[in-house]
Amino acid sequence: MTFVTPTIEWAPLIPMMIVLGAAALGVLLEAIIRNPATRRVVQFVLSIAALLVAAGAAVLQWATLEGAGTIVMNGMITVDRQSLLWQIIILLFGIFGAMLFASRTSAGESAFTPLGASVPGSQDETIARRKGFELTEVFPLALFAVGGMMLFTSVTDFIFLFVALEVFSLPLYIMVAVSRRRRLLSHEASLKYFLLGAFSSAFYLFGAALLYGATGQSSYEGVALVVQQTASTDPLLLTGAVMVIVGLLFKLGAVPFHSWTPDAYQGAPTPVTAFMAAATKAAAAAALLRIVYTTFYTLGWELSWLFWAVAIASMVLGTVVALVQTDIKRMLAYSSIAHAGFILVAFGGFSSQALSALPVYLVTYGVATIGAFAVVTQVRERTEDGSIGGEATRLGQWAGLGKRSPLLAGAMALFLLSFAGIPLTAGFIGKFQAFSAAIDGGAWVLVLIAVLASAASVFFYVRLIILMFFTDVPEGAEEAVEVDHSPLARAVVVLTMILVLVLGIVPGWFLDAANNAAVLLIGVAG
Amino acid sequence: MDPINFVYLAAILFAIGSAAVLTRRNAIVAFMGVELMLNAANLALVSFSRIHGEVDGQVMAFFVMVVAAAEVVVGLAIIIAVFRTRQSISLDEPAELRG
Repeated sequence: MTFVTPTIEWAPLIPMMIVLGAAALGVLLEAIIRNPATRRVVQFVLSIAALLVAAGAAVLQWATLEGAGTIVMNGMITVDRQSLLWQIIILLFGIFGAMLFASRTSAGESAFTPLGASVPGSQDETIARRKGFELTEVFPLALFAVGGMMLFTSVTDFIFLFVALEVFSLPLYIMVAVSRRRRLLSHEASLKYFLLGAFSSAFYLFGAALLYGATGQSSYEGVALVVQQTASTDPLLLTGAVMVIVGLLFKLGAVPFHSWTPDAYQGAPTPVTAFMAAATKAAAAAALLRIVYTTFYTLGWELSWLFWAVAIASMVLGTVVALVQTDIKRMLAYSSIAHAGFILVAFGGFSSQALSALPVYLVTYGVATIGAFAVVTQVRERTEDGSIGGEATRLGQWAGLGKRSPLLAGAMALFLLSFAGIPLTAGFIGKFQAFSAAIDGGAWVLVLIAVLASAASVFFYVRLIILMFFTDVPEGAEEAVEVDHSPLARAVVVLTMILVLVLGIVPGWFLDAANNAAVLLIGVAG
Repeated sequence: MDPINFVYLAAILFAIGSAAVLTRRNAIVAFMGVELMLNAANLALVSFSRIHGEVDGQVMAFFVMVVAAAEVVVGLAIIIAVFRTRQSISLDEPAELRG
């Protein structure tokens, strides 16, 4: 047997190579630069520069793309407009994420523990804190995660998708575990996230193995051809398809595969929560979209029950449970589960309109999510000696925030209205696109449920707005909460606010871009 | 022996592994369940490769092994971090996150 060396076209891979290369360089810098303060600045500048250059390269490729796109490495990776758009979206989330990672409170505290290996409450931890150690490894880890997610959106091979899945998941497991405060919570969140994440990726992998068994192919295109030709009732093929989709639904955080979401969101350092809430969902939705519309499109009838059931369960459970939450990060986590349901509504009718609707939805959702968590990082408890403490995440502590900081409270209100899908915010455009894709596919019953769930979700979003603006601070609690001023986090809040407004009021240019991207290079639909 | 029997074995191993993850309360044992599931997938890939008479599936199994090794590193690091804090790796005991 002879092996043929594959020829690789490197040019379309440049954005991913830049990000992953910068991540490797970042790991090297960890060893070389000894001074924590310098290292932090260098890592931050390197991350932002790499992400910006990669985003520039991706935009350039978009502008100069000839024909529909390029297939790299014998169909392992497909770079077309759809994948470039997702890459740009994830790079944008990465830039906001890196800014939040670098932001520090006015007392000079970052969100991360000074020494990840130290036991919480031990002598080591105190010494590390006193010596001013910094856990700057989070920047290369974030770059690896961004690079993995970019791959995840562009890969067109089931086994390679598993590799990309792990490339972005493994750094996230670590980043969840390194919170500065409430470290036991952070460890526990990481353990749960890791075990369930590994479980779901094993599920995915076994599904991919079954698909390989049923078809003898591992590329999306190869499997798609067999799916079209053979009777779709081959049990091996259907089991494989369901297991692959279930593995991705785990990453999307849809019911009943959501149980890691609230814990990981609450326990993780808030900047990490912001990044992973936006970027993981985008990557998972992109991969699911590509698989469904490339490979399983002709199985639409057999698989639609799965999407319907999961979408309805996610919307209902996410909305209902979010109503009773008392912690703001947990409330946002359950709201993200409801949003996973809204994302799946777009799949409901198996209409090719989903290809342009989902990028819009994920941008509007992700930008507002990052903004909301950026606000959370700045509302702080005040310790007894008057310095700034941990984040004030209990809902009651947010009472009267509108008087203390109109900017933060106003931004939060805007993000919440966007989540709820109120017109003139980005969220409305996203929901409108997603729901009209489902209507186009004839799934109007699903859309009806989605609209009702959306209306119910307004209740808990507005409850927080009322709490911030129209509730007086309880007697004696005025001093318990402090609003922090950290320039980078403020910048993220302002930028995301502008984006939410721009996408809500003049969305035309972005909708055009998404429509341009609605063609898959290889695929049945579109 | 017919290689399809190895696929059945892989399915059984996968079922045992997922049962271990879902029922065992020790983090290490649950993690071993995950590894069993990954290796069941490997066995399935290699057997299917044999059935199809090509080596593609075997090459895929190599990728999976490398990824699984990386996952072990991260997973054990997290479990050890939890153990050093709590002196326990029971999945029932860490219960600060609820609801």
